[in-house]
Amino acid sequence: MSTIASLHIGEIGYISEESLESIPLKLLEMGCLPGAEVELIQLAPLQDPLYICVNGSHLAIRKETAAKIQILKANN
Amino acid sequence: MSRNDIKVALIGNPNTGKTSLFNQLTGLNQKVGNYPGVTVDKKEGTSKLSSTQNAIITDLPGTYSINPTSLDESIVLKTLLKKDIKESPDVILVVADVENLKRNLLLFSQIKDLEIPTVLAINMVDQMHRKGISIDLSLLKKELNTEVVLISARKNEGIQEVKEAIIRCHVAAKASPLCGVNHKIDPDYFDKLKEISPNYSLYELWLMVTQNNFPETITKEEKEKLLAFKQDVSKLKKYQHKETIYRYQEINKILKKTYIVDKTKATNLRGKLDKIFTHRIFGYVLFSLILLVIFQSIFDLASVPMNFIDTTFAQISDFTKSNLPQGVFTDLLTEGIIPGIGGVIIFIPQIAILFLFIAILEETGYMSRVVFLMDKIMRRFGMNGKSVIPLISGTACAIPAIMATRTISSWKERLITILVVPFTTCSARLPVYAILIALIIPDKKIFGFLNLQGLVLLSLYALGFLSAIIAAYILHKTLKVESKSFFVVEMPNYKLPSIKNVFFEVVEKTKAFVFGAGKIILALSIVLWFLASNGGSSYQNAEKSVFENIDNQNLNEDEIQQKIASVKLESSYIGILGKAIEPAIKPLGYDWKIGIALITSFAAREVFIGTLATIYSVEADDEDTTTIKQKMASEINSDTGKKRFNFPVGMSLMVFYAFAMQCMATFAIVKRETKTWKWPLIQLFGMALLAYVSSFLTYQILS
Repeated sequence: MSTIASLHIGEIGYISEESLESIPLKLLEMGCLPGAEVELIQLAPLQDPLYICVNGSHLAIRKETAAKIQILKANN
Repeated sequence: MSRNDIKVALIGNPNTGKTSLFNQLTGLNQKVGNYPGVTVDKKEGTSKLSSTQNAIITDLPGTYSINPTSLDESIVLKTLLKKDIKESPDVILVVADVENLKRNLLLFSQIKDLEIPTVLAINMVDQMHRKGISIDLSLLKKELNTEVVLISARKNEGIQEVKEAIIRCHVAAKASPLCGVNHKIDPDYFDKLKEISPNYSLYELWLMVTQNNFPETITKEEKEKLLAFKQDVSKLKKYQHKETIYRYQEINKILKKTYIVDKTKATNLRGKLDKIFTHRIFGYVLFSLILLVIFQSIFDLASVPMNFIDTTFAQISDFTKSNLPQGVFTDLLTEGIIPGIGGVIIFIPQIAILFLFIAILEETGYMSRVVFLMDKIMRRFGMNGKSVIPLISGTACAIPAIMATRTISSWKERLITILVVPFTTCSARLPVYAILIALIIPDKKIFGFLNLQGLVLLSLYALGFLSAIIAAYILHKTLKVESKSFFVVEMPNYKLPSIKNVFFEVVEKTKAFVFGAGKIILALSIVLWFLASNGGSSYQNAEKSVFENIDNQNLNEDEIQQKIASVKLESSYIGILGKAIEPAIKPLGYDWKIGIALITSFAAREVFIGTLATIYSVEADDEDTTTIKQKMASEINSDTGKKRFNFPVGMSLMVFYAFAMQCMATFAIVKRETKTWKWPLIQLFGMALLAYVSSFLTYQILS
C-alpha cells in the first residue's frame, strides 16, 4: 500500500478511506480527508519534510506523519 | 470600557488577514496584555462601530480548529467556553480567506455550534477575480444562517459593513447551531450527553469532554457525569474524526451551491516562486543571502543611531551634572538612572531593525519556506525549523532573538531555543574579545595570509554556535517538558507585506521590550550604581588618604582624580564584593579587580572593559583602547611578579565570556517570555557553572 511519503514530486494520489483512523485529527481538520486529492509539491533535502497540496490547503508535514497516511495512486 | 460596549472575539485561521482586520478595526487603540498564567499575549482594542456604539475587540491567536494542539490555540477554547458575563464574548467575528473558504468554514462551523452570535467576514475578496472565484452571497448567508460580509482588510474595504453586521448580530442575539454533533454519529450517546446540563449547548459539553476543559461555572455533579464520558478514549477519538468528516460534508454541500472556482482563470504565481524558494540548492542560497542582508543591516544601519543614543545620553548626564547642585540625588540621576535608561534605549535600533525584517518575512509568507527548509536539520537538536531565525538574530543581541521565538508553537522546542540563544556570540562580547585578543594573541599571519587574531575571533563565533547546538542537544535529551505538539506548517500564498501590519508589529515588539525588560535593566543599573558609589569608612576617607600618599609624586589634577576614583572603587561595596569572591576566581587566574569587572559586567558584557579601565585609572574611551590595553598589559600579578594578562588568563577570560550569561537584559527577557523565575535562573546558573568549569580547565591546562 502506498502512502503520501511514497509520492514523487508532482505525483497525485487520493487518501484512502481505510486510513481515517491513522490521520491525526489536526491534519483531518486542515483538509486531509479520506478521498481527498494529494499532490506532492516539493521535498526538503533528506526527503523530509514534505510540501503537499491537499484539498486546496498547502501544507508542510514531516515524513513520519506522511508515512502513516495511505493513498491510492492516480493511474497515469 | 463602558458597560454597553459589545465584546467581540476575533477568530480565524492563520494567514487569513486577521491581524489586518484587527488593525483596521482598532487602529492605534490597541494594547497587549496577558492571559493569566500562560505565556500568550492578549491583544485588545477598541473600535467605534457607530456614533453611539463601541466594541472591545479581542484578537485571539490564529487557529485551524477549536480543538487545540498548542498553548496559543487553547486560549481560543478557554475564551469561548467562558460563561462569565464580564468576559465571555457577545459576538464572535470569524475571518476567512476567500481562496481557502472550505477549510476556513470548518472553524466557523465549530464556532457556530457554540450558539454564540457569529459574523463571518470573508477576506481578500480583491483576489477573487484573479483566482476565478465567484460567490452567491445571499444564498451563503441563508445557508450558513448568519451575517456574512465580503471584505478586503488590506485595502480597507468592507470594514464599515463588518461594524454594521456586528451591531445587527448583537441586537438580534439569535444563534443556532450549524451542523450539530449528534445527528449522524451516535444519537443515543449524544442525547445522554445533552441531558447532563441545560445550561450549555451540546457542542460545549462535547468540547468539555474531548478537551478536558471545564469552565468554572460547571457544577461538581455535572463535571463528574462528563468525566464518565471520558472513559472510552478510543471512542472519543473515533467520534471526533467522524465529527470532522461530517462537518466537511455539510460544508461541501453548502459550498457546492454558493461557491464556484473557475480554475482556468487562476494564475499560478505561487508554484513558480516555490520552485525557487524551496529548491534544495537555490532555496538555501537565497536564504543565506537574505540572512547576510539582515546581518549587515543590524550591524551597519543600527550603529549610527546607537552611537547617537550613546553620546546623547552621555551629554544629558553631563548637562544634568553641571546644572544640578552636587549631591547624592544628582549622582543617582547622572550615574544610575540616566545611563540606565540609556542602556535600555540603546537596544531599540537593533530590535526595531530585526523585527522589521522578521515582520516582512512573515508577512510575505517566506518564513514558512525557511521552516520547511530547516526543519529536518534543527529537529536533530530538539528545535524546529522556526528556531533558525532566533539563533541567527542572537549574534546581534539575544533580546530580540528570544522575543522572536514566539512563533514556535511547541513549548519544548521554543524553550530549548530560548535557553541556548545566549550562547551565540552577541555584539556585546565583541569589545571584550577584541581587547583580550589584542593582548594575548600575536599579530602575525599564518600560512602567509590568515590573520591569527582574526582567526581566533572567528573561532570564538564558531564556539558560540557550536555550544548552542550542543546545549540544545543535551536539553533535548534531558528536558522533561510536557508539550503537546504536532508539526504541520501551512505554506501560505506569497503576498506583498502590508506597511501598516509591519509598522504595528515593530512598534508592538519594541514597546514590549522597553517596558518589559527595560524596568529590570533600569532597576539593576541603579543597584550597581549604589554598590559602586557607596562603601565603608575607607570609602569615605578615600580623598584624604590619596592626598596623604601623593605628597612627593608629581601628579596633575586629572591623575589625582583618577587615583581617587580607583581607591574609591576598591573600597566601595562592589570592591569589597570583588575581594570576597577572589578566592573563588583565583583558580581561573583572576584577581579581585577582574572580579569587580565580572560583577559589574553582569549589567552588560561590554561594561567589563569600562570597569577595568576605571580600576586601572584609565579614562574609558573607545578611541583610546591602546592606553587601556597598555595598562592591562603592564598590570602585574603580585603573586608571580609577572604579567597579569598572560596567555592562560586571557584565554580563560574569553572562555568565561563565551559561556557565562553575563547580561541582565537577557535574564530579564527570559523571565518575561517564560513567565517564571525558574528558567532564567536555571539558565543563569547553568551557564555560569559551565563558564566556571571551562575557564578553570582552560587556565589550569594552559598554565
